[in-house]
Amino acid sequence: MNRFTLKIHGMLRAPFALLLGLAFVSTAPAQDLAVEAGMLHTGAGAPIADGVVWIEDGRIRAVGPASSIDLPAGLEIIRVPVATPGLIDARSTVGLSGAMNQPHDQDQLERSAAIQPELRAIDAYNPRERLVDWLREHGITTLHTGHGPGELISGQTLIAKTRGGTVDKAVMVPSFGLSATLGPGATGHDRSSPGNRSKAVAMLRARLIEAQAHAEREDAPRDLALDALVEVLDGTRPLVVHADHHVDILAALRLADEFGFRLILASASDAHLLVDEIRSAGVPVLLHPSMIRAWGGSERANFSFTTARTLLDAGIPVALQSGFEGYVPKTRVVLFEAGLLLGYGLDVDEALALITSAPAEILGIQDRVGTLEVGKHGDLALFDGNPFEYTTHVVGTVIEGVRVSDVRR
Amino acid sequence: MLRFFLSALGLAVVLHATPASAELRAFVGATLHPIDGPPIDDGVLLVDGREILAVGARRAVRIPSRAELIELSAGTVILPGLVDTHSHIGEVAGGDRSAPIQPEARAYDSVDVRSSGIRRALAGGITSVNVMPGSGHLISGQTLYMKLREGTTIDDLAYRFDDGSPAGGLKMANGTNSMRDAPFPGTRAKSAALVRAAYIEAREYLEQRESDDPPARDLGKEALAEVMSGKRMVHFHSHRHDDLMTAIRLRDEFGFRMVLHHTSEAWRVADEIAAAGVPVSLILIDSPGGKLEALYLEAQSAPALEQAGAEVAFHTDDWITDSRYFLRMGAFGVRAGMSRDAALRAMTLAGAEMLDLDDRVGSLTPGKDADFVILSGDPFSVYTRVLETWVEGEKRFDLDDREDRLIAEGGANALTPGDGAGHLHGAGPHAEHGDLQ
Repeated sequence: MNRFTLKIHGMLRAPFALLLGLAFVSTAPAQDLAVEAGMLHTGAGAPIADGVVWIEDGRIRAVGPASSIDLPAGLEIIRVPVATPGLIDARSTVGLSGAMNQPHDQDQLERSAAIQPELRAIDAYNPRERLVDWLREHGITTLHTGHGPGELISGQTLIAKTRGGTVDKAVMVPSFGLSATLGPGATGHDRSSPGNRSKAVAMLRARLIEAQAHAEREDAPRDLALDALVEVLDGTRPLVVHADHHVDILAALRLADEFGFRLILASASDAHLLVDEIRSAGVPVLLHPSMIRAWGGSERANFSFTTARTLLDAGIPVALQSGFEGYVPKTRVVLFEAGLLLGYGLDVDEALALITSAPAEILGIQDRVGTLEVGKHGDLALFDGNPFEYTTHVVGTVIEGVRVSDVRR
Repeated sequence: MLRFFLSALGLAVVLHATPASAELRAFVGATLHPIDGPPIDDGVLLVDGREILAVGARRAVRIPSRAELIELSAGTVILPGLVDTHSHIGEVAGGDRSAPIQPEARAYDSVDVRSSGIRRALAGGITSVNVMPGSGHLISGQTLYMKLREGTTIDDLAYRFDDGSPAGGLKMANGTNSMRDAPFPGTRAKSAALVRAAYIEAREYLEQRESDDPPARDLGKEALAEVMSGKRMVHFHSHRHDDLMTAIRLRDEFGFRMVLHHTSEAWRVADEIAAAGVPVSLILIDSPGGKLEALYLEAQSAPALEQAGAEVAFHTDDWITDSRYFLRMGAFGVRAGMSRDAALRAMTLAGAEMLDLDDRVGSLTPGKDADFVILSGDPFSVYTRVLETWVEGEKRFDLDDREDRLIAEGGANALTPGDGAGHLHGAGPHAEHGDLQ
């Protein structure tokens, strides 16, 4: 209850007050507003000069040139030089991983076993984490986050809006994919297994075969881990496989082929070496941040600033992920990661698609977010210039018709 | 036949030698940012061998007819070679895990000049670098100032003090990186106490060296003596506002010259830093956190320090940020409110001053080394690429060269094994984070 409600509560007799109080509580913040932008990037068609987005009850009611839309009198209007769809971080661990980087705010990785598909992201996501604020202040409105890379199957992921004080208020998709890792990332623990690539794949295959048998048993008891794997096998949820080295990307493709699951490749820094294989497998890529750190000899050493261009040219669905960061900075900001690519052959709309419409499609939430179209969520990022120019600022963020940030970043 | 062959060979040698001895080149048509003066549109940069001969507008500079004329397209920009005041390229190392204070360890003895890190730096327009040991020690060793010339040994790249020894500073740190299990300090107060004791011992050593019964030579104490005499600059890693003030207190007690590095919370004590006259080598990071002392890291430190009147340079801390997009940091300074002039200065001359190299580099000034970068456009635009990087009149990076482009853009086998691992050597906590496993 807000302060105003409490004040009325004190003034009136109890039954009345209770009714009034309830009325106030049930009134969510107004979700009606319009954004007028000198240049409106809708993500669906060419940018519109002097464009307007009219949001009613949190959904887009109209979008187009200002001259074509009659806004009702009294509607709150935000006027900015440039607006885009709310940005989507295609894969993060933020909310499970926190800024402090102390044991108590690092819930993205459980080290007790290699395969734990039963771990739910909603049981660990902290919507009040300051890194969530940080992303929201940079125009990111939708976050695919959850258990991180670092174990063969580390747990589940979720999709949330970057607002709301509880996970229930924030969440869009409570359980989306299973987070898997192939390559050195899955063997860098202090247990004996998996100790190398072959063993890792063998363990994963064995567990998936176990899940196949579990699915066929009519009297199968409830098993949280196997049930989650069955949902991968039957296509209910994708397996999001973090793999950088070409050997590991190929292993992921081979597994998807063997078990017929829906594969999403994540990080995939060698993707530019396997364009034909990835394209013919029809697998989307959540590409590593452009400013990924790799040292020579590591599994990421072949990464290139031109990979996004290469994948786009090949027609492979590609979005940008912020991924996981273990040190400073504690998260990447996909706005910046996409921006860097303007120096490597992408134009504004292509770069924007990598962090709006493309991740929406890959994550299966394109009916709600990713572009500014009638009926979709009123989520916008607001700028004072070209969204990707280094010296431009984010000047605000709107989620479902509510201005959730007016910090200048 | 043999005579003919020999004379042909002789001719070839002469032909090769002639342009080398008279490498007079005029770069014409770009916007020049001399840094020590206002920008010059449609300028001329005249380079004679290793040095800059003249800098000015097209009509103001007489171009000798024997000069090679290099006409650059409109919109092209030339900056002085960038100066990175804090980097770990070349797989640089310093002290090991045996003790928190190891001033005797030299970066000079560890740098791999064949590392692709050096070529990444050139691809980013960097020509002078302070390579440093890590921050996992109170004193992790002597840093090395490098000029990114072509070379096969570290001696080809090292800057020199007047006495011929490799030039560099001393890396110090406080805060959490250097707090570890014994014999390392466990608290901030202990950190300061250990450092004070070391300098007091070095002072006594210095006095005894002058006596009739001098003690045996001690490499570590000699390095600290060089710090107290002002020969060797202290490069002090520090983040939190109180740690910054502790560093200044130590400087005042022992009279050393100091540059503060990183300074996540400089925005909280910008006036104090400016009043103390301490230059700052700043890093801007895309998001806060990763460790407790970086929780309040803000890009506003850049304008706050500028407005307070402090001297500011930027650094990559490569591989914390990649040398290939060093210019981006200046742009982010501008984004946060720094003036463009101060941001350009922070990439060049300010850094040169902090490394005592400003008599040779840091600005496009006649008589200085011909170190410069040719950019495709506005230094602070995301669309701009480094086209060429020149060091002492030699082209060291060319985006049109296939191998250089591979380094600039990345790709299969672009990086030499170990490139980027400089941050691991003796870096303490850096090595223990998941990202590095």
